[in-house]
Amino acid sequence: MSFFFEVLVGGLLAGVMYSLVAIGFVLIYKASGVFNFAQGSMVLFSALTFVSLLERSYPFWLAFVLTLLIMLVLAWVIERWVLRKLVNRSPITLFMATLGLSYIIEGLAQSLWGAQVHGLDLGINDEPFEVLGLLLSQFDLFASAVAGSLVIILSLFFNKTRTGIALRAVADDPLAALAVGINLQRLWLIVWGVAGFVGLVAGLLWGARLGVQFSLSLVVLKALPVLIIGGFTSITGCIVGGLIIGASEKLAEIFIGPYLGGGIENWFPYVLAMLFLLVRPAGLFGERQIERV
Amino acid sequence: MLYREAGQFITHYRADQRLFRLRQDRIGFYLLLASAFVLVPYCGNDYWFSAILIPFLVLSLAGMGLNFLTGYAGQLSLGSAAFMAVGAFSAYNFNLRVEGLPFLLSILLGGVVAGLTGVIFGLPSLKIKGFYVLVSTLAAQFFVQWVFTNFAWFSNDSSSGVITAPPLDVFGLDLSSPAGRYLLTLTIVTALGLLAANIVRSELGRNWMAVRDMDTAAAVIGIAIPKTKLLAFAISSFYLGIAGSLWAFTYLGTVEPHGFDINRSFQILFIIIIGGMGSILGNFLGAAFIVLFPVLMSHIANGLLVGVIDSGHLENFQKIVFGMLIIGFLIKEPNGLASIWQTFTQQLRVWPLRY
Repeated sequence: MSFFFEVLVGGLLAGVMYSLVAIGFVLIYKASGVFNFAQGSMVLFSALTFVSLLERSYPFWLAFVLTLLIMLVLAWVIERWVLRKLVNRSPITLFMATLGLSYIIEGLAQSLWGAQVHGLDLGINDEPFEVLGLLLSQFDLFASAVAGSLVIILSLFFNKTRTGIALRAVADDPLAALAVGINLQRLWLIVWGVAGFVGLVAGLLWGARLGVQFSLSLVVLKALPVLIIGGFTSITGCIVGGLIIGASEKLAEIFIGPYLGGGIENWFPYVLAMLFLLVRPAGLFGERQIERV
Repeated sequence: MLYREAGQFITHYRADQRLFRLRQDRIGFYLLLASAFVLVPYCGNDYWFSAILIPFLVLSLAGMGLNFLTGYAGQLSLGSAAFMAVGAFSAYNFNLRVEGLPFLLSILLGGVVAGLTGVIFGLPSLKIKGFYVLVSTLAAQFFVQWVFTNFAWFSNDSSSGVITAPPLDVFGLDLSSPAGRYLLTLTIVTALGLLAANIVRSELGRNWMAVRDMDTAAAVIGIAIPKTKLLAFAISSFYLGIAGSLWAFTYLGTVEPHGFDINRSFQILFIIIIGGMGSILGNFLGAAFIVLFPVLMSHIANGLLVGVIDSGHLENFQKIVFGMLIIGFLIKEPNGLASIWQTFTQQLRVWPLRY
């Protein structure tokens, strides 16, 4: 039984890492209705930039600030040269544009900083220790603390600040928001910048865990079932979805996997999300859409 | 001056419903077919057959498959490669396990199995819409790859799941030479291409477009949404399955499940974005672009930038250019190369006048 709980807790903590990537998606989807496939490559790009700056012996904080600035510039370029040109196009078109964007960012990241695997040490011990008979890793706890504070900061930002309220207005009805004088383009810039920041945080944590390498951009695919279960528009949903996916995929791998030959971690989250959709088509916290002809 | 409809009067409904209503278009099409079937096999060399023409034809077919689903019926998919894998692996198993089954029939059966798989993974699309459908196709992508890697039965217990092409003889003809494989692929792609061009202008094709443009409205005017969507998944996967068999047997010869990973799905999606969503011609243009572009890039790199740029950089550079092209197309020409071609022929009709 304690083994079961160990797997469960390990899965839950791994799920937090998925949530971090998923939050970046939700931010952009809420504000602009774009399903941003490039979030994964933004994670890769920011982590690679940060590591490369560290390796060029910049201090930690300076590297962080510089990377953040670069992500902001990236957001500006995306807003100026891609989104602004695609206003009023169908969501599918915008999705495919972000697919192209992910190719550009990945190519850029690797031609700027090289394709080799970089180690990243955040100075946090990844060795497990025992709490109440369960083996826990300090790193996982740190990651969940970061995710938790990120959610609190973001929800404060969305609910208390002027910009946040404007963002919610845009998400609710872009036309009405424009009519009351909200500057749509500035908000998009902000939201892509914030998504870049979330991407950087996710990239640092994932990079410290797996090494900073190309496969980081693939976490975007794992974030998809998280979004489906949580709903595309809810940050709380991200966390809950991430926990469900993380825990269930680890449990399935350990307890069902051996009967099927192992390796079911790769597809289990998608099938779970699919079954979930049959029961709740808008996810746990998503908004149901009413369609009119 | 030559390319115009002056003097061509349509007097029968049959003539009105032809695929190419303009006589010049028909002549051009027949000439193209004749040169592809007769001229190219005589003039082409093995490099062109194996490295350019066969992958071009197979990818066009795969593009057609995805275009039914995404371009016509409006359902996004990132699982195209999975259905290709299902087609290839089931054709291989039919050929292996059923004594004396003709090669063409096993490819066809492979397509049918892929089509049925498509229906299964298309079922969630009846309840969900938009991006949510992506998850179901991604489930197909990862699940299928896992099945073929993990269960050695599908690859006849070969190591790492590699399957090898059965002998390519059709009606007693041995088609294993590059030119033979080219002709086999060309015949299948031509037949399925003509079928595709007719499917999309049939009632079914029109229903697909209605669902794509607005499914609620389509349901209101009495289109049976479940049937339409599931047929889109079935026919799309059938085409992809046949493309998968051809990819494995006439192009590569041997293939492992990893050859049908998610990057292949992206590649096929790019074919239809660049070529043109909702266009049959677009698949061929897009596939030609996807096949020729890397060749062109490496030639340029070898010719102009010797020693300046290594293969790793070239790959990254290719990625960047590709991404830019996709965004550029979506901004400037959302209907892809096919719509450029359409504008061109439109202008050719009035040339040398302006309108």
